[in-house]
Amino acid sequence: MSDIASLPTGSRQRQGSNIGQPMTRRDGILKVTGSATYAADNNPEGLMHAVLATATIARGKVTRLDVEAARAHPGVVEVMTPENRPPLATDPDEKTNPFAFRLDALQNDGVRYAGQPIAVVVAKTLEAAVEGAALLRPSYETEAARVDLEGESFVAEIVGPGAPGRAASGDFDAAFASAAKHIEATYDTPPQYHNAMEPHSIVVRWEGDSLSIDMPTQGLAMAVGRTAELFGISPEKIHIRSPFLGGGFGSKGLAAGPQVLGILAAKLVGAPVKLVLTRQQMYGPVGHRGQTRQTVKLGMGEDGRLAAIEHHTLTSTSRFDDFLEPASNVTHSLYAAPAIRTTHAGSRIDIGTPMFMRAPGEAPGSAALESAIDEAAFAAGMDPLDFRLLNYAEVEPISGKPFSSKALRECYERGAARFGWSKRPQAPRSMRDGEGRLLGWGVGTATFPAIMFQAEARAVIRADGSGLMEIGAHDMGQGAWTALHQIAADGLGLSMDEVEFRSGSSDLPNAGIAGGSGHTATAGTALHGAGEDVIARLTELAVNDEASPLYGAGNVGVVARNGRLVRQDDESRGEPYAAILKRAGLAEIEGRGQSAADPAAQERYAMDAHGAVFAEVAVDPNLGQIRVTRLVGAFAAGRVINPRMVESQYYGGMIWGLSFALHEEAVHDKRTGRIMNANLAEYRVPVNADVPSLEAILVHEDDPHVNALGVKGVGEIGITGTVGAIANAIWHATGVRVRRFPIGLADLLGGTPDVSDKGV
Amino acid sequence: MNLSLTLTINGERREIVLDDPRVTLLDLLRERLHLTGAKKGCDRGQCGACTILVDGERINSCLALAISYDGAAITTIEGLAEGDKLHPVQQAFIEHDGFQCGFCTPGQIMSAVGLIAEGQACDDPERVREAMSGNICRCGAYKGITEAVIDASGKLSAGKERDAA
Amino acid sequence: MNLFEYVRPASVAEAIAAAGEPNSAYLGAGTNLLDLMKGGALTPARLVDLTHLPDLGSIETLPDGSTRIGALVKNAALAHDTDFAKRFPVVAEALLSGASAQLRNAATVGGNLMQRTRCPYFTDTASACNKRQPGSGCDAIGGENRSHAVLGWSENCIAVHPSDFCVALTALGAIVEIEGTTGRREVPITEFFLLPGDTPEKETVLEAGEMIVAVRLPAEAAKLAANQRYLKVRERTSYAFALASAAAALTIENGAITEARLALGGVAPKPWRASEAEAALVGKAPGKEAFAAAAEAAFAEAKPSGDNAYKIELGKRVVARVLAMAAAGTPERMPALPASAFAPLPEGVVNV
Repeated sequence: MSDIASLPTGSRQRQGSNIGQPMTRRDGILKVTGSATYAADNNPEGLMHAVLATATIARGKVTRLDVEAARAHPGVVEVMTPENRPPLATDPDEKTNPFAFRLDALQNDGVRYAGQPIAVVVAKTLEAAVEGAALLRPSYETEAARVDLEGESFVAEIVGPGAPGRAASGDFDAAFASAAKHIEATYDTPPQYHNAMEPHSIVVRWEGDSLSIDMPTQGLAMAVGRTAELFGISPEKIHIRSPFLGGGFGSKGLAAGPQVLGILAAKLVGAPVKLVLTRQQMYGPVGHRGQTRQTVKLGMGEDGRLAAIEHHTLTSTSRFDDFLEPASNVTHSLYAAPAIRTTHAGSRIDIGTPMFMRAPGEAPGSAALESAIDEAAFAAGMDPLDFRLLNYAEVEPISGKPFSSKALRECYERGAARFGWSKRPQAPRSMRDGEGRLLGWGVGTATFPAIMFQAEARAVIRADGSGLMEIGAHDMGQGAWTALHQIAADGLGLSMDEVEFRSGSSDLPNAGIAGGSGHTATAGTALHGAGEDVIARLTELAVNDEASPLYGAGNVGVVARNGRLVRQDDESRGEPYAAILKRAGLAEIEGRGQSAADPAAQERYAMDAHGAVFAEVAVDPNLGQIRVTRLVGAFAAGRVINPRMVESQYYGGMIWGLSFALHEEAVHDKRTGRIMNANLAEYRVPVNADVPSLEAILVHEDDPHVNALGVKGVGEIGITGTVGAIANAIWHATGVRVRRFPIGLADLLGGTPDVSDKGV
Repeated sequence: MNLSLTLTINGERREIVLDDPRVTLLDLLRERLHLTGAKKGCDRGQCGACTILVDGERINSCLALAISYDGAAITTIEGLAEGDKLHPVQQAFIEHDGFQCGFCTPGQIMSAVGLIAEGQACDDPERVREAMSGNICRCGAYKGITEAVIDASGKLSAGKERDAA
Repeated sequence: MNLFEYVRPASVAEAIAAAGEPNSAYLGAGTNLLDLMKGGALTPARLVDLTHLPDLGSIETLPDGSTRIGALVKNAALAHDTDFAKRFPVVAEALLSGASAQLRNAATVGGNLMQRTRCPYFTDTASACNKRQPGSGCDAIGGENRSHAVLGWSENCIAVHPSDFCVALTALGAIVEIEGTTGRREVPITEFFLLPGDTPEKETVLEAGEMIVAVRLPAEAAKLAANQRYLKVRERTSYAFALASAAAALTIENGAITEARLALGGVAPKPWRASEAEAALVGKAPGKEAFAAAAEAAFAEAKPSGDNAYKIELGKRVVARVLAMAAAGTPERMPALPASAFAPLPEGVVNV
């Protein structure tokens, strides 16, 4: 057990139910004092620094590396190339399972995207390793590369993580043909890169054939499994610590090539190695959100009721692996229509393989759909919110299943009331601020599926009555150290300070993956189950012990309260945990919990979180510069474990939505395939001044079906809806409908706006 | 070439001998002195995660050549709290949930401390937002950050008034 | 970063001597130089550290009323100097709209004048760039060039100068004080920067070893203090380079413009003094008509260098707006968002 896996406890918390309390972060003190240890903060004795050299061409092969020049640089210890790279037990290009994405680990001299690792330089100092990598000055045999969507495409049968690429209900062609009004529009979204503040990093030490690793990961168990497979050692010999991730957003979900290269480099030099990506190196080998071109067709009646929706997505994947942004699938659940058809196509281009990025599918998909719905509302002469309510989905449109819960109407109502939506004039370009800037108001519907993975947890009650909960969970900022600890404490009937909570290490029970907004639900349900199990075992001891005040209470039921077991029918009768264990002569008692999605409930219900986002933008009528002056989101996502942390997740998601709408775009030079803004100056994510006003409303929702805790997910939903709300607000401000994201001032400079239709 | 320098780091005078002129202040702190609070988010002055105070002013330590700062007094996140007593800015960041993943947080906090000392902005949220725009937070904790800076600034100036009285 | 020799001179004379060696570079704060060295775009063999030199760090008013700013004065210190900001508000506003607070605390006045273009083809060593490697070509032409120059560019280079500060200095007719082996000379800032022509690698008039020791703002520039503004259009509310910017200073007497200063940023390879526009303004009543005419004059010679025709229209609108803002008067207090389209707008400056 590593000591970092157990956080020191903070100030004393109140007793009773911890779930639902707005506790501050348990890891707060560590984070504000600089003592939270991220992977690259580890400096073991004898550490060497490894630095990647990456390809500057997008397709071809490396013909020469000036290894001698690199080796000659003072401090350089070794240069790892395909020639001397230690062997792997499994080919990194082999698809051993659907989640084993092909990695670039110097298996040959080929180059399949710009930014691909082509060598690793190890040196005694970071400075020497960096310069050693620069001195390699590769020569290439270059082939023509393509990095846009203009080439050949194929029909995508499988998208995202194994979802069907096409689906239909009703007869779209007939319904669309006979509809009174039609909207058909195409929207482009660019390649986007996660850009977690913490670059991917690894500190690795071989101890014989055992591996000790510090590395940020959203999936400890999967990372251990992939590492074991690649290196041909048993999982028990691999220990990964990931107590804190400096952001993940999907890019740290699965093992990445550069981290494998760090392990290889440590093997080659026989010393501990630290390998940290530069910001520029994060644009290639660690995933991104693929670009999309989406066509949405809406057919509706004279009254604005939708009769037919088609959503088609063309998206990119790499030449060597498949990950297709499942953007069309958001249309399965959002708006009611008798006929729905969703399809996808892929295009293979010379880029690193796209990957899960916060709200994969839903983010770009809802950007397009929410824009198209707004266009339809205007064509129908309706207020955009009224139009959405008219086409409200009472059941999941694609399947006809009821929703396990859906408080979207209340989200619309409360968000609209808070925002002041009822004062919105229908016509675009009809609002100004006091100084003459154009103002616009837009709305977008937010949705994200409630997902569960599989997890296990271990609970212990000790002789002194205190508790221990263990789960190898992941805190990438969403607040796992706090929210899961709250669930753990409630599971044991103890205060948080009475429960030691261990997490963030691969030697703890498997918590599944921190992704799909499903971590709290998944890990929380396992913890909840472990608590129930250990309390049941303790109860078993008490009710069968003649010396216990609970003797024979098995039939009336016993509950855990504040460190005591008490009779359900008379809470004054009971005794402390410690007394039960003492009489039984036990040092501790242990319980286990598991969680997984309930297939029966999944069969019966559609399970999604919902929300409504309202945006106000100001646009300078002469200069075109845009600012989102107000964002109000109202979300319903089942039970709230910690409202403070949930609000922060919504804020973060909404800022990601703002970023999608106005800022993010990786710009490739189409001739070379290189990304020309692989940095944080020109790949512009929002700064503080871009976010003047942000509100999140937590709408109450009970869901008896999703899981035992009634928890959905909150990490990703904030992006969905927000992108469309902002795009729609820009249209409302200017009368210009921009269908290419991000929307920039150049899109708004052109002469007189054409209110009916202004494509770009 | 003289590559020895003297720095006062968090109040402690340190004589440092460098074997390499290329070492930045950030890499000196992180890789050689193992003060890993300051973070490397971009290494190019584009994110602010490496913000430290040099002679009381906030700068990006990634674009500062260590040898050139001979004689400077440096404050890092490790030097902010007094024992177990958090600095008001640190406390305010916890209370306002001014962070999520925490990676940019040492830089945000040092930037906020520098900003409050500059005395230019803390009366107005818009000025705080502008003045904190050199610190990128990809998690999007900007609302809490702005509130924390205003809160801590108020507490610090109230404290100063008390001290003066 | 390549290995280099680090030299810390004790005097300006020593510095000049040290920097006379081939492939030497002066180190100010290094906020731009180190960035470029980390990317391999610059590989000096010797860094001559100016930051410990005495006597280059003060802001002084000279007997003739001009203001002399030492080359090592920090950007932030200058912008926040109350007296300076009062006399030359457009300079303060331009400074505060650039980079971030951290960078402004480190970056020096001399360094700001010496900063290099942010053209990605200049910083990407795998691309051809005539500035970085004379004669290698210009990959920005035909590449990603939305943000490149529409004025003053050549077939050899279409990069823009990134500074905000220098745009304000150019509007106010600053003088650059230079010291070299042959002594001291003074060059108006409008002549200090060179257009790319056939030699884009040569960006200023500085000869080998020469260093900037000060920048001087003439006394007459302070007379325009009542009507000065800087406006910077960008794709993020803060911490972004200009797509187009402009500094304007006006003297208005009896309802007519008697003197006009206008310089443009983000649109040309150097801070661009718009003399024709200035001439067009003199004698006119401040107002939409005069400002629109000045905007046309400022961009009369503009032509796109790629996918950037929009910058010509944008630039004109920036000029018309900044002139209207300047005519409305210098604000009492620096706006919360300096030079921003979202700073408070005086009444009537928006063209509806």
